[in-house]
Amino acid sequence: MIPGAFDYHRPATVEDAVGLLAKLGEEANILAGGHSLIPLMKTRLASPEHLVDISGIGDLKGIAVRGEEIVIGAMTTQFELITSHDLEKHLPVIAETSRLIADPQIRYKGTFGGNVANGDPGNDMPALMMCLGATYAVTGPGGSRDIAARDFYQGAYFTSLEHGDILTEVRIPIPPADHGYAYEKLKRKVGDYATAAAAVAITMADGKCTSASIGLTNVSETPLWASAAAELLVGTNLDKASVDAAVAAAEAITEPATDMRGPSEYRTKMAGVMMRRALERAQSRAKG
Amino acid sequence: MTKSQIELTINGKKVEALVEPRTLLIHFLREQQDLTGAHIGCDTGHCGACTVEMDDMSVKSCMTFAVQANGAEITTIEGMANPDGTLSALQEGFRMMHGLQCGYCTPGMILRAHRLLQENPTPTEDEIRNGIAGNLCRCTGYVNIVKAIQYAAAKINGTPYQEAAE
Repeated sequence: MIPGAFDYHRPATVEDAVGLLAKLGEEANILAGGHSLIPLMKTRLASPEHLVDISGIGDLKGIAVRGEEIVIGAMTTQFELITSHDLEKHLPVIAETSRLIADPQIRYKGTFGGNVANGDPGNDMPALMMCLGATYAVTGPGGSRDIAARDFYQGAYFTSLEHGDILTEVRIPIPPADHGYAYEKLKRKVGDYATAAAAVAITMADGKCTSASIGLTNVSETPLWASAAAELLVGTNLDKASVDAAVAAAEAITEPATDMRGPSEYRTKMAGVMMRRALERAQSRAKG
Repeated sequence: MTKSQIELTINGKKVEALVEPRTLLIHFLREQQDLTGAHIGCDTGHCGACTVEMDDMSVKSCMTFAVQANGAEITTIEGMANPDGTLSALQEGFRMMHGLQCGYCTPGMILRAHRLLQENPTPTEDEIRNGIAGNLCRCTGYVNIVKAIQYAAAKINGTPYQEAAE
């Protein structure tokens, strides 16, 4: 399969990239790792006339602790997330999630920014970013702005990004050291998107849940932040009745399509099962 | 559409070429460089038969444009033998342990296993299986591929090869 012809551009700075995208117009696409875009181009579902390769922009790479936040450059690869000491120390759930994305080869090239910005409801990072309360830094023709992950996803492949915008970095508040976390993903095989998946972050004190946040992957047009479900857990000791109620509340906001991963009802139930398992594992890891 | 000039190193040799931006790395290697060891299997990024080494990463060359490899160091199966022409530990492992039947996946398997052993010289069976999760083999059932990689790891580390308990 041969992609359609295009002109290739490789800017060295974010400013140059934004300028190029503005100049070239709607027929220009950003090329990051390429592992979502190139398959679309090979099947001619996408035929951009220009590709703006942002892999030469050094500012977009890297993982840093800045104050109370972890800052991850958009072009940081999944492999780099898995092998980062800063993330292992402060946000191990990111590596746990990265290991469940695609396969080893794809994780060397696939980028964090591409995963969160593409708007594919099957991608794993968006629900996790909603769960963790991340902020996306975006630069476009009008300058730079911040968008909360929880406000970013509008529909399948439809986000708050406008043409010409580049996601530059993601900022994530560092959770308390004793927080519990887990990402649970049901998939049919290595490399598959989730039938359903759940991200959970909690804190506990004296056996009671003091905060909870839950994200759900691939059970709606967008990733979901299950805030009502999480609220039902706060103040409880995560007893069965409370967890059952929270799982029911989370299942109620899902609207999965019936597809080759299963009927809609099944995928809703699997979202509940993944959430329950993630919660159990998060509780076992929470030290409060 | 404007062609792009690229310069890269393939199996230790400097190469300069003019490529259409849409040329995939696998087509560049096979058709412009006559390196037909890396195979096109599924052409959709799933099977790993096209895996090559690129700057200390295993990449699927059917999902990479040749222009993205500008400046890179590439190793293909043609560059895997020892400098004196004898088989490398991995190649010997695949031969000794019958790690192939039809052989179509083998170049990709060996290149992927090469990077795996660079990062983890003493992988467990589980780590090997996870490490080659992006490479499909429809003949062997993977058992002998895992043994081949264990054989190579032992040979590289200078330790005796011990067959895992069945």
